[in-house]
Amino acid sequence: MMHQFLLAGFGGQGVMLMGRILAYAGMKEQKQVMYIPSYGSEMRGGTANCSVILSEEEIDALVVSKPSGLVVMNAPSFDKFETRIRENGLVIVNSSTVTREPLRQDVKVIKVPANEMAKELGNERIANMILLGTLISATKCLKAESVLESLKEILPVHRHDLLPLNQKAIEAGMQLAE
Amino acid sequence: MNKIFSYPEALVDVPMHYCPGCTHGIIHRLVAEVIDEMGVMSKTIGVASVGCSCFNYDYFNFDMVATAHGRAPATATGVKRVHPNCLVFTYQGDGDLAAIGTAEIIHAAVRGEKISVIFVNNGIYGMTGGQMAPTTLPEMKATTSPYGRNTALTGYPIKMTEMLALQDGCVYAERTKISSVASINKTKKAIRKAFELQMAGKGFSVVEILSTCPTNWGIEPVEAIKWMENNLEAYYPVGVIKAPKEVE
Amino acid sequence: MAEKILMKGSEAIAEAAIRNGCRYFFGYPITPQNEIPEYLAKRLPEVGGTFLQAESEVAAIYMVLGAGAAGARVMTSSSSPGISLKQEGISYMAGAEVPCVIVNIMRGGPGLGAIQGAQPDYWQATRGGGHGDYRLLVLAPATVQEAVNLTYEAFDLADKYRNPVMILGDGILAQIMEPVELPEENKEQPEKTWAVCENHNRPRNIVSSSYPQVDVLEQINLRLHKRYNEIKNNEVRWDSYLLDDAEYVIVAYGSAARIAKAAVKMARAEGIKAGLLRPVSVWPFPVKPFQDILPQVKAFLALEMCTGQMIDDVRLAIGNARPVHHYGRLGGVIPLPEEVLGKLKELVKEGK
Repeated sequence: MMHQFLLAGFGGQGVMLMGRILAYAGMKEQKQVMYIPSYGSEMRGGTANCSVILSEEEIDALVVSKPSGLVVMNAPSFDKFETRIRENGLVIVNSSTVTREPLRQDVKVIKVPANEMAKELGNERIANMILLGTLISATKCLKAESVLESLKEILPVHRHDLLPLNQKAIEAGMQLAE
Repeated sequence: MNKIFSYPEALVDVPMHYCPGCTHGIIHRLVAEVIDEMGVMSKTIGVASVGCSCFNYDYFNFDMVATAHGRAPATATGVKRVHPNCLVFTYQGDGDLAAIGTAEIIHAAVRGEKISVIFVNNGIYGMTGGQMAPTTLPEMKATTSPYGRNTALTGYPIKMTEMLALQDGCVYAERTKISSVASINKTKKAIRKAFELQMAGKGFSVVEILSTCPTNWGIEPVEAIKWMENNLEAYYPVGVIKAPKEVE
Repeated sequence: MAEKILMKGSEAIAEAAIRNGCRYFFGYPITPQNEIPEYLAKRLPEVGGTFLQAESEVAAIYMVLGAGAAGARVMTSSSSPGISLKQEGISYMAGAEVPCVIVNIMRGGPGLGAIQGAQPDYWQATRGGGHGDYRLLVLAPATVQEAVNLTYEAFDLADKYRNPVMILGDGILAQIMEPVELPEENKEQPEKTWAVCENHNRPRNIVSSSYPQVDVLEQINLRLHKRYNEIKNNEVRWDSYLLDDAEYVIVAYGSAARIAKAAVKMARAEGIKAGLLRPVSVWPFPVKPFQDILPQVKAFLALEMCTGQMIDDVRLAIGNARPVHHYGRLGGVIPLPEEVLGKLKELVKEGK
């Protein structure tokens, strides 16, 4: 099984962090992983995206052209990447910022009001973790424990007070997929 | 009988290739004498650049690196960072230091790189055959300024040592000349100061030495010294430009 | 076995350098390789090393020359336009026989080009790059792990042959993160009796590329040539995938080789006998494996992220014995395995 995820949003929404956590957790589960950031002008305030490949086999291609899973955190990313999703692929849409209906009929869509949910949990900046929870639960690509462990290792120690909140966010996101 | 004079240990006893009347030989000797007197020959590393002095590694009797035109300060930086206890100096002409190597010399000074620079200024490209240098004086003839340097076309002679002295990392900058016993002694003292400040870890030091090029100036050696004092020195006054208090 | 950690290609290169005794780095910022200097700026002081940001790529390469001449293990890194600026110094180092490691994280060109990964500097890397009759040993990693291994080895090779070694990567390899296993720290380095340093009781050392007498320089050229031949004999590195019965062989190095491998898998699934020959050392270029497989091969396809440079070496390796085709995307566009498969199918269909 090879998961090819494309994660996209505005710079600052935590898209790159989401990708790194996925790759890190995949490595913990002894999977082959690759994290491919977009870089350059796109990083400076515009749209940011990254790709993550999780696989049981060796990873060859260096590009995710047809993602099996797409997470979009804003409308421009949805417009840009919707056509690229693989047939029967999955799209997780942050419905707090993306209001339009999908054009594709051949993909599975999960709408997550991530910003509202994050606000309810007490911090709007953890919307990305909610979406990450939904992604791992809907695709069963990774265990929740390895994601949480990875988060702990990636977050600097002085941010560890945020771990319980992040855990809650991931769990809340997971429930939406069920 | 006491021995009162000997050939410097820091100089190889071979004939030099310099033209008659050229002062590179004197300056080499001064550098060598200072190294002998400081007793640092075993830990001296020189960096030769490109110009008439580019074969000075044949004359200096210690470890040498020969590098590209203008790049001696960068090369010396690499050497010094690896061997911080060594005396590291560059020996550069005015074409090398003041034109192609402008960025390297300025930034070595900016970093306060603990190296010393022997900057020999004769206002012309010697090795390549007398072309106009950034230090060539207004109206002065060179093979690439055959009608005399036209300042409207090519600007004015660059004042490098003054520029270097402006940088906080430069602790010592002096301009001297080679024209008489007195000025030779003064130059030697300046070289010693520069080396001592380096070894004391104070920062970047530079001694600019006004020199002659009878061959490319097209005048006799003795005339050349007079010409240097009357013209080059008039534009580039000798003296201490910057020195720490304890040295002044 | 060491634990695997997730690292960016550029940071992995930097750490591998430290693991094999590199204690000096001189560089100048340019995308997409900035993570190498940034990583070393943090890491080198921790191990008693020196990181220095130079005023230009030109200054940086001469700082490398100075540190290398002084006997240290030293590295610089840059990306295409910056590597062009370093060429003068690289030539001087080849001439003065100063070992060092140079990393080129290639991007799209010519000129300022673009910052996305590409492979347009093959000729520059393998044909000398600067002036004068010299060669660089050039290694082209395809994975982050291989980047670690080859960078580590590059320092040993540079010292062994007293010659600069280039790691030829690209913006993709530098930016991706993959799990890697890092080698143990090597504390032993070869003695360098030729280097400039504090010197007691030995004749002076001169590190120079200046040989004003033509007959002397000719001898130096011959000596260097002999050494390049030694490198050719000893240091050819290559890798292959499903080559044994391959009729259509994709030749690709670095990042492009991974795409090629994916394309080979897809082609095999469709019954095309495809294989991959991946030069790991692009200079010296692996000639022999081409000759070994020649009888069974119908055609070669050079896959490069440029308009075709390595293809010259493929042709030199086989002469006119088989057709050699090219496929590439340019300017930072990454070719997709599907596109490469399409090209392969075209070749099969036309019987080329």
